[in-house]
Amino acid sequence: MTTLQTIVSIFLASLLTDNYVLSRSLGICPFLGVSKKLDSSLGMGAAVIFVMGCAAAVTWPIYQLLQRLGLEYLKTVAFILIIALFVQLVEIAMKKLLPPLYRALGVYLPLITTNCAVLGVTINNIDDGYGFGLAVWNAVCVGMGFTLALVIFSGVRSRIEAADVPEMFKGVPATLVAAAIVSMSFSAFSGMI
Amino acid sequence: MSGKGYLHEFTKGLLKENPTLVGLLGMCPTLAVTSQAVNALGMGLATMFVLVGSNLVISLLRKVIPATVKLPCYIVIIAGFVTIVDFLLHGFAPELHESLGTFLSLITVNCIILGRAEMFACKNRVLPSILDGLGMGAGFTLSLLAIGSVREILGCSTWMAGTPIAVHLPAGMPQLSIFTSTAGGFMTLGLLIALAGVLTRKKPPAEVGCGACPMAKRCTGCTPEEREARKEGTV
Repeated sequence: MTTLQTIVSIFLASLLTDNYVLSRSLGICPFLGVSKKLDSSLGMGAAVIFVMGCAAAVTWPIYQLLQRLGLEYLKTVAFILIIALFVQLVEIAMKKLLPPLYRALGVYLPLITTNCAVLGVTINNIDDGYGFGLAVWNAVCVGMGFTLALVIFSGVRSRIEAADVPEMFKGVPATLVAAAIVSMSFSAFSGMI
Repeated sequence: MSGKGYLHEFTKGLLKENPTLVGLLGMCPTLAVTSQAVNALGMGLATMFVLVGSNLVISLLRKVIPATVKLPCYIVIIAGFVTIVDFLLHGFAPELHESLGTFLSLITVNCIILGRAEMFACKNRVLPSILDGLGMGAGFTLSLLAIGSVREILGCSTWMAGTPIAVHLPAGMPQLSIFTSTAGGFMTLGLLIALAGVLTRKKPPAEVGCGACPMAKRCTGCTPEEREARKEGTV
């Protein structure tokens, strides 16, 4: 495969066929917790795209360093610490330097440390053997796929709120069944690549 | 603490405060690894090991760790235990290690573990913390096993395939392959939460709650309305 083909196939896979939320079930907590409104879905999505891209860019050289020292088994410990540290730094910097952006995205930042999709994408980048550029591109695409899932689902949820759901399914059960149907519709994309 | 008090620390996680079906925590592994009952059981036991270990160490260190850096400290302790489990499974159960894949490393960010560290282990003595970890871990394992069993029986017509106690349903049973996909996971979990609500005669939770989330103290609310409500003190 040429580089261009790889770039396009990463884009399509992370958005449609192999969406982290809807087919790999990563990042479910924010998917269910923040998708109630369209604007909060977009805010969370933007924050996740940003953090995922930066986390991939930071963890990739760290893994090369660990590999040189023969300490690959420390990658889980090292990656989660770096992500936690990085999110904290971004929060402080954004608060001081870009207050308007902080007001829009800042509230979602603490939630991202425990978003398993972020740690997941950095580890998958290593497992798939991507180089630096592809790793960052993959992380940004996965973030876009996450945002797409959140935005679509926030639309579905606004319809559920108006619907007359049986008493025993009100609340989370109805949300989960709706998520199942959205996920089913995304599985129709499989085989596209 | 009396014997009954110790027993309560263990039993509360099984049903009343079940982390998965009542607390709605740790959703990602709950959906991702439960397409086969045996993987669900393995994931549950691995998480239980990490939970008991981290509760033990955090409880021992609860007077040493300064409050300002406690979250990074907890994460390092938890990630250390995850690395141990990773090595153990790689050595003794390579097939399970292969099928759990990335989700083994992701035990680190399972919010059940950080949640118990933040809400229980950092305030309690060692023995109750271990019992709490055992109970919450067992509750998590049981819910995962229940979801895994439903999905495997409906999706593959087998139960615990690949183990000595494997059960094969008679040929001719329909295999609903949708239940082995992520969509089936969402659906099974939704139906089980509804069933748990009927059995306990409680309304199912309205939202994925922030109450048990380890970030709840720092987080200022998920939506602008909730943030306002919190500021006004109505939540």
